[in-house]
Amino acid sequence: MTAPLMTNPSIPGAHDIHRLELPNGITLLVRSNFNSSSVSISGILGAGSQLDPKQKLGLAHFTSLALMRGTGNADFQSIFERLESAGASLGFGASVHNTSVAGRSLAEDLPMLIDTMADCLLNPVFPEEYFERLKSQLLTGLAIRAQDTAEMSSLTFDKLLFPDHPYGVPEDGYPETIMCINRQDLVDFHAHHYSPRNMVMVVVGAVKPQDAFALFAERLSTWNNQHPQKIEKFPAADLPPKTRREDVYLAEKSQTDIVMGSLGPRRSAPEYLAALVGNNILGQFGMMGRIGDAVREKAGLAYYASTSINSWIECGSWEVSAGVNPVNTEKAIRLIIDELERFRNETVLPTELEDSQANFIGRLPLSLESNSGVANAILNLERFNLGLDYLQQYPELIRSVTAVQILDAAQKYLHPQRLVIATAGPSLDKGKTA
Amino acid sequence: MSIQIENVTLPNGLKVFLKEIHTSPIISHWVWYRVGSRYETAGKTGISHWVEHMQFKGTPTFPAGVLDRAISRDGGLWNAFTHLDWTTFFETMPAAKIDLSLQLESDRMVNSLFDATEVESERTVIISEREGNENNPLFKLEESMQMAAFAHHPYRNEVIGNLADLKSITRDDLYQHYRTYYNPSNAIVAIAGDFKIDEMARKIEAYYAPLQAVSVPDMVDLREPALHKEERIEVSGPGETTYLELTWRSPAAGEEDFFGLSVLDSLLTGPSSLNMFGGGGISNKTSRLYRALVEKELAISINGSVQATIDPYLYGIIITVRPDSTPDKVLNVLDGEINKLMETRVPEEEIQRAVKQARALFAYGSENITNQAFWMGYSEMFAHYAWFENYVKSLQAVTPDQLMSIAKKYLAPQHRVIGIYHPEVAA
Repeated sequence: MTAPLMTNPSIPGAHDIHRLELPNGITLLVRSNFNSSSVSISGILGAGSQLDPKQKLGLAHFTSLALMRGTGNADFQSIFERLESAGASLGFGASVHNTSVAGRSLAEDLPMLIDTMADCLLNPVFPEEYFERLKSQLLTGLAIRAQDTAEMSSLTFDKLLFPDHPYGVPEDGYPETIMCINRQDLVDFHAHHYSPRNMVMVVVGAVKPQDAFALFAERLSTWNNQHPQKIEKFPAADLPPKTRREDVYLAEKSQTDIVMGSLGPRRSAPEYLAALVGNNILGQFGMMGRIGDAVREKAGLAYYASTSINSWIECGSWEVSAGVNPVNTEKAIRLIIDELERFRNETVLPTELEDSQANFIGRLPLSLESNSGVANAILNLERFNLGLDYLQQYPELIRSVTAVQILDAAQKYLHPQRLVIATAGPSLDKGKTA
Repeated sequence: MSIQIENVTLPNGLKVFLKEIHTSPIISHWVWYRVGSRYETAGKTGISHWVEHMQFKGTPTFPAGVLDRAISRDGGLWNAFTHLDWTTFFETMPAAKIDLSLQLESDRMVNSLFDATEVESERTVIISEREGNENNPLFKLEESMQMAAFAHHPYRNEVIGNLADLKSITRDDLYQHYRTYYNPSNAIVAIAGDFKIDEMARKIEAYYAPLQAVSVPDMVDLREPALHKEERIEVSGPGETTYLELTWRSPAAGEEDFFGLSVLDSLLTGPSSLNMFGGGGISNKTSRLYRALVEKELAISINGSVQATIDPYLYGIIITVRPDSTPDKVLNVLDGEINKLMETRVPEEEIQRAVKQARALFAYGSENITNQAFWMGYSEMFAHYAWFENYVKSLQAVTPDQLMSIAKKYLAPQHRVIGIYHPEVAA
């Protein structure tokens, strides 16, 4: 018989996360923290870039940014006057699956923060003047992105790993797709896709749960959207049959950024935690794990060389990133492939596994220091259906990961002959131009 | 939340600040050294930052590669930073594991090896770090602007150092710099978190008291007044985006004018957060320059920065120019806004607004034990901890007349450096 789980009072769990579902589909979660004088809010609703028409990629993102440009009740300057005078912050954004919102304020200003958020969410008017101004800002942002080696290597990696797939295109679009978007597109996107169905809002800070519930219920419980939301099924994502590589040349750069890797587990995959712990050994633990040790510490090739796992609803990616002098690009790539081979062919050492497990368990309270850190953690619990006591169970879940499970995950996802490699930096061939 | 801070100085000169916070079972331990680019001489730019890197390269007790792994194994968060006036190292650990952090920091304060092979390996790593900075199209412009803003003061150099120096600094140079500046009489320890002061004080005594004090050379007063004549630097490079940057001499953090300039920055570009941890700031869309430039479609974005430093440094504004505008049009409007500050009294309610914003930013920062520990040591680097405790009150004491006077004193055009990045149009 297993021992009952002992509740750790300093870690969020069912004992102190309060949950309420409104009749219109919004889920509210609140955790009080009266040790601080501030509050953080964090939320999502299912209106992401997966809904963008191909020729108008960036529409979800554009719409989210335009929400705060004016509502039926307040113009742009009034909205920000109210927020900034209180030292509060509020912002919307979009990713593939969701539009998101985040904000914070002193506790005394929470009613104003929620009022403002609800007004922008429900009543945006997308003024023409601000639409054009925002479009210009977005286009400049894309021009800056096109000169950024880290951004371009990451974008190219996604494109190669997920061809013809929503995960393979940037949420903020391309210049030519942003140019195709008109104001009515924003109005329509908001009208059709913004809905309380499946919306989640989290509040953490110096507020009682019932007070937070009341504030949200008052402002959002009558919101409804009868438009049916049709989400296209995602195409399957497969490993490439052989390594795919693309090099982006940008003039007058001193460093080449490399992003290479493969598919990774989706968040709900049974092997997710094994991949997570394995990834820590591979490219995070200490001074960036085995990869950091090989590329930075021993070879001295890079200031940064590390790995990450990105796990989403449908699938994920497993990535190695490094920044190197251009003349060392091929050497760095070979070193990384050598490490991936080793990781794939040999179980990790018992000491490596124990070290990483201890790292994950030990640092859990550190990741939950701030109100916004806790709010984002709770949002993920709901988003990925992990249960309110997941963080309480987390240490045991991490301890249960084995070296064999890590090897299985490595062999499932990391095939050194079937990688995706993207680089962005200056060309060593003077004949090649950007 | 406890607000009491225990402050003690050990016989070897080490200043120690301790603050109990029992909201979470963690402890954050910071060690601050009074050494940064301000203390560097010609030919040795970047040496302080490099020494910081070498602090991770081993002692007899913690050989290279052991130290960072030991902290990670215990679930700790760690990092180090080198800045103009200071270098700092911190670990935030589960409370029960803090002894490792104390042992480690007291050990490497005096026992780092500076192995020659590790020095050479780290040379390429640091050059790689600099190359990453150079990928930012504004890095070289800002490097030139900094050099133009100061004739002699070491603040004119980038913390990372210039490439020639990074290639020529030797192992002995590094070791000499380390021995000169890394010792308890030139350091501060700041610890906040879930402990009892008496118990932590005994641990500090055990780990740090045996270390020997070494006197540090006096610094020559290198403070420089503001420029007398405007400097203008223009560069061009790839891309489609034009940037306009301006810097003016700013008051040192210990001067009364610092708070007035902070209020002016809030009004012009929105409030700046001095928190190192505490996640983000506040938007600036009601700031004067946003309204005058972005709302009027001359600029895409504006940002300002004030730094708390020992000597007078630089206040900076950076503007992304709209493609259909020009730097001179932007400059013209910016000058108009600064002239308004010089000629017209700021309404009291705008000052109070800046005060509330600062209060909110500090509240956000105080959610975080790591940030609270950060502030105890950070403010001692250029002033005293009371500077931080009284920061909001100091802003509150600023008057409209003082703002006018500070605008005239610091923001006149003859005192500034203008930098412009022009995008080359691709053939």
